[in-house]
Amino acid sequence: MSTTKYPSERLKSWGKAKTLRENYYRDFAEAHDKGGIRWAGGAWSFDAIPAGLGEDVWCLTGEPYGATVAFNKELALECQEAIETKGFARDLCSYMRNYWGSIILNKYAWPQYSEEFPKPDFMWQDHICCSHAKWYQVASDLEGGIPTFSIDVSVGPYEELTESRLNYIVGQMHDGIKWLEKTTSRDYNDELLIKAVQNEFRTCHYWAAICELNKTIPAPLDEKSMYALYVLGTLRKSSQWTADYYEKELYPEIKDRVKRGIAAVENEQCRIMTDTQPPWAFLKVFRYLEKYGCVSIGSLYTFSLIGLWEDKEDGTWGPRSIPEIEITNRDEALRALAEWNLSKPEWQHFYHPKLKSEMMIRIAREWKLDGVLLHFNRGCEGLSLGIAENRLAIQKAGFPVMPFEGNMGDEREFDLTRTMARIDAFMESLGMKKLVD
Amino acid sequence: MTTIGIDLGAKNTKVVILRDGEILTTASVLSGFDQKASADEAVNNALRNVGIARDEIKYITATGAGMDAITFANDTVTEISANARGITAVFPSVRTVIDVGAEEGRVIRLNENGKVVDFGINEKCAAGAGAFTEAMARALEVDLEKMGEMSLKSTKAVPMNAQCTIFAESEVVSLIHQKTPKEDIIRAVHDAIADRITSMARRVGIEKEVALVGGVANNIGFVDSMTRNLGYDLLVPKDPVVPEFIPAYGAALLAQDELNGG
Repeated sequence: MSTTKYPSERLKSWGKAKTLRENYYRDFAEAHDKGGIRWAGGAWSFDAIPAGLGEDVWCLTGEPYGATVAFNKELALECQEAIETKGFARDLCSYMRNYWGSIILNKYAWPQYSEEFPKPDFMWQDHICCSHAKWYQVASDLEGGIPTFSIDVSVGPYEELTESRLNYIVGQMHDGIKWLEKTTSRDYNDELLIKAVQNEFRTCHYWAAICELNKTIPAPLDEKSMYALYVLGTLRKSSQWTADYYEKELYPEIKDRVKRGIAAVENEQCRIMTDTQPPWAFLKVFRYLEKYGCVSIGSLYTFSLIGLWEDKEDGTWGPRSIPEIEITNRDEALRALAEWNLSKPEWQHFYHPKLKSEMMIRIAREWKLDGVLLHFNRGCEGLSLGIAENRLAIQKAGFPVMPFEGNMGDEREFDLTRTMARIDAFMESLGMKKLVD
Repeated sequence: MTTIGIDLGAKNTKVVILRDGEILTTASVLSGFDQKASADEAVNNALRNVGIARDEIKYITATGAGMDAITFANDTVTEISANARGITAVFPSVRTVIDVGAEEGRVIRLNENGKVVDFGINEKCAAGAGAFTEAMARALEVDLEKMGEMSLKSTKAVPMNAQCTIFAESEVVSLIHQKTPKEDIIRAVHDAIADRITSMARRVGIEKEVALVGGVANNIGFVDSMTRNLGYDLLVPKDPVVPEFIPAYGAALLAQDELNGG
């Protein structure tokens, strides 16, 4: 029996995304061969700033790297055992443990580019969650001492932003540039900084614009595919290649899919969202949902880890507009960059779960959802903080919620069979029947 | 119109045969490694009980951990839906169902139409399920069937903090070495399971009336612990079926609903 309701087709720009990702890990590994600089830091670090050191500067962001390790179950277990042996606790951030394990084992997750873990020249980080700055302090120690700079961004939610709070961050950024010049013995190029800031505006705007298109029924994108696409923004949001890919290739393609009624899941009959990082070694959960014609349209996590959002005139949530400002000097660039990042939705809920609940309920309504799957992710305290309160708020707003426990980076804390059994019960409670076995 | 509901659980396979809404018979066998064979055996036993031929059965709905192995079933439903349907038929006023089986503990919240509003299932841990009681009965060298009665004779609450069966067993062994009376240890075991199930029930939200089903509901000591912990009186089904048959009964009713057009 055919259950196809909508036409579906593979993403044309899928291969390009894969190539960009591979190039990123290759370039980091080979940076020194090209006479360039390597730095490491978090996906939320202000990567536009080190861009001012030159066009031969490559980075490795820790969270996507930790996720890459997690996807490789054998390597992940090796990394976790290595770091546990070293005396680190099992309940720490699992990305961080995968990353540290990689250092200790001296194994790179991309052995085709380097068997050994490429040692960065400096660490450039910011501090929003409990693990962020400590991550690179320990990484530096494990590497034998690498210069490390971290910017404290914990100035409160965006809706309460004041000039003095902004100045606190901009001041640290100025200090950071001086530190970068001293550490690398290079002169800093403000033109490259300004270009990187403008790229970041485009990256964050267009990723959100792509996610917004998923309000359409049928959804043109499913979350499992989105993971392979949003990651580019987490690798290097201020790069021209990320911004160009989102603006010039992916966004037009998804817009075209919407116009032609192309579905990500051809039998879509149920729409959900998830929350927090998925258990990376078990993405088959999303394929299992599709047996019910259920598409995960994304999550606050996939939408706004990189995407920036704002209230639109019609009251809906849409991509934050690219600032129409002329940036002429370093201070203007840093100020715009700080203000832009502080509006990041995924930073808001570090201050109060209420802020996250409001955004999630908004997604549930505007993206026309039937239910919500919440990953009580033991691998990330930062993003799981308050998730039980989110569950209650979402239920109160009228949306059925299914929580499941797991870990984004440590498969030992995830039970696939029971999670699928739980999904069966949840789908039944929504009145859904399996369309395919 | 004759239908069958099969609940292939982790320990026992239960069957209910239903004709026009009336239960004709029930049967139960141990779930073996060959799950389909267990289901076959339970169905054949039940059919034999009432002298019905297999081809008289119009619809079979399977539920339980091994439901996918029952290839001769017309349909499958999860234990959540089967419990909801079964308990609503027995106690229409129930809004919260607590099901403690051999392998899993579940809490289901229902609306006034018997529809599932929310549910919780214990995570990868046996300490909130019947397998835990069995393991403790072995450690204490007590018949499982006597656990309930013995725990009611306990005169002292003994705290038991272990979060999993493995650690709990070593805690029981320590209590044995301390010469703690078996009655008190057994009550501690029941209280420990009740603690875990109660926590889950509070997360899901408890609404009166509350029913307790599943094989562990036959243990009067556990019912006592649950009642104390939860702070609610518990409805435990006896007629037309006993607690462990509720999911199979629900599955048989859902089979009947299916024949009636859903």
